[in-house]
Amino acid sequence: MNGRFAPSRRDLLQGAGACVVAFSLAEAAGGATAQDLPPSKSVALDQVDAFLAIDDKGMVTIYAGKVDLGTGVRTGLTQIAADELDVPMASVEVIQGDTALTPDQGPTYGSLSIQNGGVQIRQAAATARAALLDQAAARLGVAPGDLTVANGVITAKSGNGVFTYAELIGGKHFDLKVNPAAPTKNPADYKIVGKPIERLDIPGKLTGEFTYIQDFRVPGMLHGRVVRPPAIGARLESVDESSIENVPGIVKIVRDGNFLGVVALSEWSAVRAAREIVTTWSKSETLPEQGKLWEHVRTTKILKDDVTSNIGDAPSVIAGEGKKLSATYDFAIQTHGSIGPSCAVSAFRGGKLISWSASQATHNLRKQLALMFSLPLDDVRCVYVDGSGCYGRNGHEDAAADAALLAKAVGEPVRVQWSRADEHGWDPKGPPTLIDLRANIDASDTVTAWESEFFIPQGAADDVDLVAATLADLPAEHLLSPGGIINDSAIGYKFANIRTICHRLERTPFRASWIRTPGRMQNTFANECFLDEIAAAVNADPLEFRVNYTDPADKRGLDVLDHLARLAKWETRPSPQKPITGNLVKGRGCSYVKYELVRTYIGAVAEVEVDRATGEIRVSKFYVVHDCGQIVNPKGVKAQIEGCVIQTVSRALKEELTFDRSMVTSLDWASYPILTFPEVPEIEIELIDRPTEKLWGAGEPTAALIPSSISNAVFDATGVRLRSVPFKRGKVKAALQSASEMDRR
Amino acid sequence: MPIAINVNDKSHVIYAEPSTPLLYILRNELALHGPRFGCGLGQCGACTVHVDGRPTFSCILPLAAVGERKITTLEGLLEDGKPNKLQQAFIDEQAAQCGYCISGMVMRGQALLRANPSPTDSEIRNYMRPNLCRCGTHAAILRAIKRAATGQEKRS
Amino acid sequence: MPSRPTTIAIILAAVLAAGVLLVAGGFAWTWRPAIAPIADNERPPADEQTIRHGAELAAIGYCNSCHQAAEGKPYAGGRAISTPFGTIFSSNITPDAETGIGGWSEAAFQRAMHEGVDRTGRQLYPAFPYDHFTKATDDDVRTLYAFLMSQPPVHSVIRANALEFPLNFRPMVAGWKILFLRETSLQQDDSKSPQWNRGRYLAEGLGHCGGCHTPRNILGAEIKGSAYVGGTAEGWNAPPLNSLAVQKWTIDQITEYLSTGWTRWHGAAAGPMAIVTQSLAQAQSEEVRAIATYIASLSSQTGTAPENATSGDNKQVAKASAEVAAIFSGACSNCHDGRDGIGPSKAVSIALSAAVRQSGSANVVRVIIEGIQPVPGMPGAYMPSFDNVLTDQQIASLADYVRARYTNEPQWKDVRQEIAKMRQ
Repeated sequence: MNGRFAPSRRDLLQGAGACVVAFSLAEAAGGATAQDLPPSKSVALDQVDAFLAIDDKGMVTIYAGKVDLGTGVRTGLTQIAADELDVPMASVEVIQGDTALTPDQGPTYGSLSIQNGGVQIRQAAATARAALLDQAAARLGVAPGDLTVANGVITAKSGNGVFTYAELIGGKHFDLKVNPAAPTKNPADYKIVGKPIERLDIPGKLTGEFTYIQDFRVPGMLHGRVVRPPAIGARLESVDESSIENVPGIVKIVRDGNFLGVVALSEWSAVRAAREIVTTWSKSETLPEQGKLWEHVRTTKILKDDVTSNIGDAPSVIAGEGKKLSATYDFAIQTHGSIGPSCAVSAFRGGKLISWSASQATHNLRKQLALMFSLPLDDVRCVYVDGSGCYGRNGHEDAAADAALLAKAVGEPVRVQWSRADEHGWDPKGPPTLIDLRANIDASDTVTAWESEFFIPQGAADDVDLVAATLADLPAEHLLSPGGIINDSAIGYKFANIRTICHRLERTPFRASWIRTPGRMQNTFANECFLDEIAAAVNADPLEFRVNYTDPADKRGLDVLDHLARLAKWETRPSPQKPITGNLVKGRGCSYVKYELVRTYIGAVAEVEVDRATGEIRVSKFYVVHDCGQIVNPKGVKAQIEGCVIQTVSRALKEELTFDRSMVTSLDWASYPILTFPEVPEIEIELIDRPTEKLWGAGEPTAALIPSSISNAVFDATGVRLRSVPFKRGKVKAALQSASEMDRR
Repeated sequence: MPIAINVNDKSHVIYAEPSTPLLYILRNELALHGPRFGCGLGQCGACTVHVDGRPTFSCILPLAAVGERKITTLEGLLEDGKPNKLQQAFIDEQAAQCGYCISGMVMRGQALLRANPSPTDSEIRNYMRPNLCRCGTHAAILRAIKRAATGQEKRS
Repeated sequence: MPSRPTTIAIILAAVLAAGVLLVAGGFAWTWRPAIAPIADNERPPADEQTIRHGAELAAIGYCNSCHQAAEGKPYAGGRAISTPFGTIFSSNITPDAETGIGGWSEAAFQRAMHEGVDRTGRQLYPAFPYDHFTKATDDDVRTLYAFLMSQPPVHSVIRANALEFPLNFRPMVAGWKILFLRETSLQQDDSKSPQWNRGRYLAEGLGHCGGCHTPRNILGAEIKGSAYVGGTAEGWNAPPLNSLAVQKWTIDQITEYLSTGWTRWHGAAAGPMAIVTQSLAQAQSEEVRAIATYIASLSSQTGTAPENATSGDNKQVAKASAEVAAIFSGACSNCHDGRDGIGPSKAVSIALSAAVRQSGSANVVRVIIEGIQPVPGMPGAYMPSFDNVLTDQQIASLADYVRARYTNEPQWKDVRQEIAKMRQ
């Protein structure tokens, strides 16, 4: 089942010779005896038992609702729990994302796994540790303060008496509420948190021992493949079952409304059947013309306005005296592009559904599947098994629904593997973003007002309808969930008058969901580029400009900017560079944000080279300065930052969903190219570690700065502003061509 | 009709459709985890194995075409069950985020180092181009290959 | 006492003398003086507009398909071009003073393009297709010159050519020129549209389409009267442009094919043509459409529109050769048997392929072995290389298989030869 990743278990009782006293915490708490404990495991968020258990060998099991998406979270949570409990990391195992065993810590998104999930686990561990110390103290007749813990062994400082966790609790429930006031370990005493611990899962990934969901097998499992419509909204009109007569081992062709799938004994037969089956579908054209996308976005009905900041009276100031600046920015529709297409295994047993998938939100998926199949919630169990990186809500949940539908139809466990075309074509997309910005500059070159309007779909980070439910017309929630995309529409700079409004659109062309740094990336792109435009208009150095408009009380922010200038050896001068000569030109650009205005600080500088004849941009280097407060694992944070930079350079330079009136047309890597090795920039990172500060997330914030850093660098190199992501060659060439004359050679 | 193939120095008799791409045989019939399904189209490299030592996409190599050629997967690089020099270099550099592409990266990287034991940065980048990574682990992968090539540690 | 020369000796001497005189005469006829080199600052600077226009003309002439080596810098030369007469290495046309054309004045460049003579007066081998470039106007050549001079200079010493005697003796080219070079410009044809005329100017001139698509005689010159009947390019067949190939090519399809390297009803450009289309992608779309208009006019295409063409898939072949059919199903069908005849990587049904219908198997063999790569980093048609995936034997069987399955033509006789050529 769910693989084990901690090194092999070792016996903790190292000949301590302690007297083993069978003891029940539940008795001490005045509750029922151990024998009366209910058989099922608590998953209540306020219960210690929901988060951890210690067995009779002293092995600690952590139950995490947050899952490791390839981000190192499993290791980070192990570090936190081990340090808080004072046990070695080797004694800790993490079980993640199992709705029967783990509490609902919320979906694994928003860079909150450590910030929220880790903190919850830390608090549960602190509560448990305190309770165990209390018990040991009572037994030994000393004060809890007279005890020390090391490697799960509690020792009295006076030297008289030892208890192990195993002896005190081994295998029994704590029956304790998590105490929010239980004191947590002093950061100065951390032995494991803050250390660059190597990830527990990586060795298995290098030897082939690691089990991904794509490797996951259950006995009696059959292979399923889906046959998706050729157009969104197309109706399935006919299926010629005889067309796959010669494919061996076909178990069943499953047709339910517009849902079509095949189940076979072998995987290859399922692939062939899905490929060869002859079907007819109705025509359907529900998409706008790609060439008119921004017109479409701008004229989509607005359901409401979210005013995300309103300081002073920006509209009046902008209408009044002063130099005006205005610009429109846009950011294309993109796809998650998971390298391993979505995959799931489902089985119905006695009418109950068990679903294994790589969903980042198994508790929510459980509710959706229960709704879809009209089952009571208790009859559905969703279990997380690592997949490839999903970067948000991709097709994992949909594959789970596909597998469940097929499993129900054939009465056996079914594994569904999405093809590359299924993944690129049918996973939900990051919606298009259109932004208008305006600013007013007075006679002393001071920015007096900033106004921005964001055209983005309504909704938040809720559930996304399952494709199978839609196709088979089964119950679904019909929500539009693009993610928390109003974030970072507001800016942190100190202008006297600021108004930022998000126009929430009624709909968006594709089924939407959040992709890494949703909204924050698009919004910061527009904000940080437009800020750069203003800096250029007043002939100011862009980095100095940002410093000048940052609240002087924001020491951490100013620190980041200061470190950035030094790390990147920033040359103080306005943009663009002068003179601009020759075909290959170089430039640098900076970008800065306090993520969501409330947490992680990041500053970045990009160095680029532009070929003015072809429009090709080469990002040669990125500098990043990162302050996320207390760092649990610096190696892990650096890896995430590198990932943010490289993945987002790809999104900024190349990535754009292509589509016709009926359907996505970028259905594979040849039509949706991503960054390759020769194009990867050098990256230099400086982490600012503040162990006494709050712990903030690191998985996404850096990504928010990448597109604007690049655009600002291209401006520096060429004098031309790129306002439309992706910065494809054709667009860049056109922008260069319609710009003013370059200097003579 | 059974077909015999040689994988990781062992002979296996396979009962499957001869048109089956080798990738599915390795993963299903032989239960190997190394080669992975990324696209089935020869576009991403997640399925890379060695065929007579040469890096090859196993997703476009039908079982009927394997013949007597020797197939090596990630598992076949282990030395006495332990990671070989390149695999260890990946572990030491922590060169994996989700890790799904990593088997393909190691197979391709290993072929490079056999042909060119001291490649330049540019040579590594160009050689590795056919293999895609979506998480953005490229920088760490380059460090890992360099580390295995020169045997020197590079600070990450 | 000296012996008297025999009659044969006298005749031989006379023939030799005549030959020498011919060559000398030709040499004299085609001899050009050296043009003095100029320094960088003697060159008038060009404005951005001109340079951009020059880039587009260079795109139409796809200069880099010859003047850039596989791992080399743009325009820096050094690419090995195999001809029936040996190998020529393309010259460095970056403005490097020592190893490129940095010392060339515009006049020297004009002369090279129109007359096939370099700055020092040496004859240039017609692998450099000045028999086409001679048709480009002075203005266009001037613009091209401005563009090339704006490129970064690259110091790159080019290898000496490896040509068989006596062709390595440059003055021999003089004779070739007398026979085959006509420095005429095209006359406007008022019975045709301006677009057609523009297309002809580009195709016959900088575009040098006939350089591959016209057959050549034993001396390597395009055969007059056989324009666009078909030729070869680096081992690939360049199909005829003057007759109905598989199916009708509309102007829209040719335009799309030339500027993107792919079109729905004919498939992807491969081999040297892929490089041409990658270059044409940088040209202005009206220019490409003009070329397409001209090319479309070369054949009187009255064939059926592709949408109506029957697919011609002899599925019985699949049963006849089980092993190769299994290989096709496992290696090829995932892309080539997509729903509605189009699959991943923009693969179209092989029923639409012109390559399987050619009289020689060169293109089918080569595309299986080499695959098709889009411009690195850009979207486009793609086919993986099957070199090392399949053995040579399997590739040969596959070529025979697709020939039998998708055409009613007789089997090729040259498959193994073509594979062997690729292994040299």
